[in-house]
Amino acid sequence: MIECEFQKTLKAASGEMLLDVNFSLKKRSFTVIYGESGAGKTTILRMMAGLLAPEDGRMKVEETVWLDTQRKISLEPQKRNIGMVFQDYALFPNMTVEENLEFASGSKKDKSHLEELIYITGLSGFKDRKPATLSGGQQQRVALARALVRKPKILLLDEPLSALDHSIRGKLQDYILKLHRKFALTTVLISHDPGEIIKLADKVLVLENGQITREDKPVTIFTKSKLSGKFQFAGEVLEIKPEGVVTILSILIGRNVIKVICMEEEVKTIKAGDQVLVASKAFNPVVKKIK
Amino acid sequence: MAWSPLFLTLKLALLSTFFLVIAGVPLGYWLAYTKTKLKPIAEAVISMPLILPPTVLGFYLLMAFGSSSSTGRWLQDTLDIQLVFSFTGLVLASVIYSLPFMIQPIQSGFSNLPENLKEASYTLGKSKLTTFLKVLLPNIKTSLLTGMVLTFAHTIGEFGVVLMIGGNIPGETRVASIAIYDEVEALNYASANKLSLVLFAICFAILLLVYIINNGKRFWR
Repeated sequence: MIECEFQKTLKAASGEMLLDVNFSLKKRSFTVIYGESGAGKTTILRMMAGLLAPEDGRMKVEETVWLDTQRKISLEPQKRNIGMVFQDYALFPNMTVEENLEFASGSKKDKSHLEELIYITGLSGFKDRKPATLSGGQQQRVALARALVRKPKILLLDEPLSALDHSIRGKLQDYILKLHRKFALTTVLISHDPGEIIKLADKVLVLENGQITREDKPVTIFTKSKLSGKFQFAGEVLEIKPEGVVTILSILIGRNVIKVICMEEEVKTIKAGDQVLVASKAFNPVVKKIK
Repeated sequence: MAWSPLFLTLKLALLSTFFLVIAGVPLGYWLAYTKTKLKPIAEAVISMPLILPPTVLGFYLLMAFGSSSSTGRWLQDTLDIQLVFSFTGLVLASVIYSLPFMIQPIQSGFSNLPENLKEASYTLGKSKLTTFLKVLLPNIKTSLLTGMVLTFAHTIGEFGVVLMIGGNIPGETRVASIAIYDEVEALNYASANKLSLVLFAICFAILLLVYIINNGKRFWR
């Protein structure tokens, strides 16, 4: 269990804003912080990492106190065993991919762990390349692998996928999920993408003007009416095509495009590019063995 | 003895550059990251030699370290260091004189590095020193090189400060620029020309090097 309580006055574009949050994360959970830009999401992550000090706050990881402003305790970032992935990756330009990872491992090298990370993130072919010669998605994988070299128990991801295009994002989400499970991490991700959040998160913290206004399962947060769906997927609307009385929606779910028939009424508020939830209420889906 | 002033000039330039790297890297780092309110004052003081007449700087150094000042006497009596009319004094003067040429490229080099590099290194458990040596310093390599070449070249071109604090002692403080002045005074235009040509060539080569470094790959492509 990780318990956090932070208070800090932020200078936002619209004047001063008080960031005042209090939340706890279950061990091995995957939590997303969701909110408008400027709501204080990155600030929360930076305070968890120890890169920024709150005016008032407490943070407890398991039984260890990492931060208690009243008792003047604040563990340095170096001593908090966390992995952090920055929005712009922050790879060291002077080092190759392998050197970036080795730098993180320091004196006590765990060669097999490094190799495993390189293998899982599919970086074997780029080991000797400098970050500048890699694509955005590849750089992101390096940043992910590097953050996990020290075997942290907590992984903080500051909008790591926002700069990538859709197809690469899907693959990276898979990498993140794989690493999260494999290394039994407690992960906190900042994201704007409801599809991504539903796919990855167990819990969403909705941050508005420095306050956590809602805290729930992703599906509950992103669907207005509660569905008693038996199975459901998040996807992106690619095309809306009226065909007589009905309308056919092409929706991208993962890497597959599916067509769904809807009534004109239902799609009135939906436009191409929207994130939607596709769920079945009344029918049991058919399951067939394919492999 | 014709080449002695040139050797002296090169020795002075090399030593000044060496000491400026040692002083410039921490000072540039401090200036790039400090949040103190004294920063503008520190910046102004360091940049003074850019606009101050070299004779003014030389004059005050002479006043500060001459045998008539208590500092000068103390240095002479207790440490046996004579800073006026000596090569040691020249090195000190040219370090001060070229300070901005080393500090400014280094400071802007550090300032232009993304803040995240430092933080990423901290979250990877690295100390400030390791971060500085392994992450920050290697990534300002070109700035450092620019600073080194500029201070080296600037020291070669020194005249006023050298004349004020060093005088014109053959083999001790008579550097090339002073020697040229001396030869012209004595109407020895041929030897003045010889020294001048060499300085001209050295300075051109150095500046050419700076621009090649700064244009990087563009030049060779």
